[in-house]
Amino acid sequence: MGESDRLTKMAFTRTAGRLGLLSCHVCNRLTESAPEAHEGRCSRCGSHLRSRKPDSITRTWALLITGYLLFIPANLLPIMHTNSLFGVQSDTILSGVVYLWTSGSWYLAVIVFIASILIPSAKLVTLTVLVVSVQRCSTWDPLQRTNIYRVLESVGRWSMLDIFVVAMLVALVHLHTLTTIRAGAGAAAFGAVVVVTLLATMAFDPRLIWDPQRARHE
Amino acid sequence: MVTLPVIACHECDLLQRKIALPPRGRARCRRCRAILYRDYPPGSDRALACTIAALMLFLIANAYPIVGLEVQGNRQTASLYDAVRTLWVEGREDVALLVGFTAMLTPAIEISLLIYLLLPLKFNRVTENTVPILRFLQTVRPWSMTEVFVLGVLVAFVKLEHLARVEAGIALWAFGGLIPLLIIASASFDPEELWAKATG
Repeated sequence: MGESDRLTKMAFTRTAGRLGLLSCHVCNRLTESAPEAHEGRCSRCGSHLRSRKPDSITRTWALLITGYLLFIPANLLPIMHTNSLFGVQSDTILSGVVYLWTSGSWYLAVIVFIASILIPSAKLVTLTVLVVSVQRCSTWDPLQRTNIYRVLESVGRWSMLDIFVVAMLVALVHLHTLTTIRAGAGAAAFGAVVVVTLLATMAFDPRLIWDPQRARHE
Repeated sequence: MVTLPVIACHECDLLQRKIALPPRGRARCRRCRAILYRDYPPGSDRALACTIAALMLFLIANAYPIVGLEVQGNRQTASLYDAVRTLWVEGREDVALLVGFTAMLTPAIEISLLIYLLLPLKFNRVTENTVPILRFLQTVRPWSMTEVFVLGVLVAFVKLEHLARVEAGIALWAFGGLIPLLIIASASFDPEELWAKATG
């Protein structure tokens, strides 16, 4: 490794946390913290500052486990019931996708499948992998892991799609003479999965991915 | 107060010197590639204009039906409020709250707070509680899901087409217009300008 490479590596490890600086998440200002303190107040906007998100790993784990548990009823319970002359038909998320596929709207089937099944399950698994990697102080490609986290952050909201679909169907096909659609318990469980996984992503601190990086060069 | 020319990356905590950017340029973290800060065109006119337009479309989007359905001469329309109310009345209060919160309440809060911040700025004044409002906006933003809602309406639309004749209501077009406006408004909103003025 050449001298310039080594210097770059050195500069690369100069983090705010290491120098006792706290970065404000509201206004970006850096504030000096008291020695050994991991909390403080922003010198510009007065926001409460923390070196890292508090109890990030514990909170993310708690929310992830809740997410895994809720994922089961979300997929097994019907998200909507259709009452018609031919009786009551109950749809789960998966049967809704299958219905779209067989009725010829394969492109919508793909969209709903990605938003309602692929994104929530992939999100639970990849976030688990990220938390485990941070707990084990892994140094495996931090840039790649940060990118994965960014993708998780930006796609999570699209899982709400099915909830909105059910809401509109319920409102339109309601107290109709022939057909009525009601929302099922699965919709509530599924909504809870979306909320819990969003909260889990927010609780995770991507800076933890980079912290072992610093230790290795010290 | 002198601003330190140093910034810490929000995603990896690396300290970096701040440099002047070319117009509309963006500074990325050299370690994790996160966007650190960007250059905004001077003045907050574009953000304000888009936010006011967004407010009007938002009111239309909430006041008028989104979709209409016709079965054997019976016409039924549904607005966003109808959707929330029906869910509530039929005993799915949890889902009703979730839909009301993410599709109605948070976008409303987001738009009105932006106007509350930007309008005084236009007259070179800064709202007193700028700090708590900006902080609140940051918290609320991830929960405002207008664009997801619109996709949901479109999926419902196609699903119903198999059953009956469906037509798009005024509110659907308003929602469609709302999305780009909200994107432009938040992309051209420069919090640094606000900080510079708020803290003197």
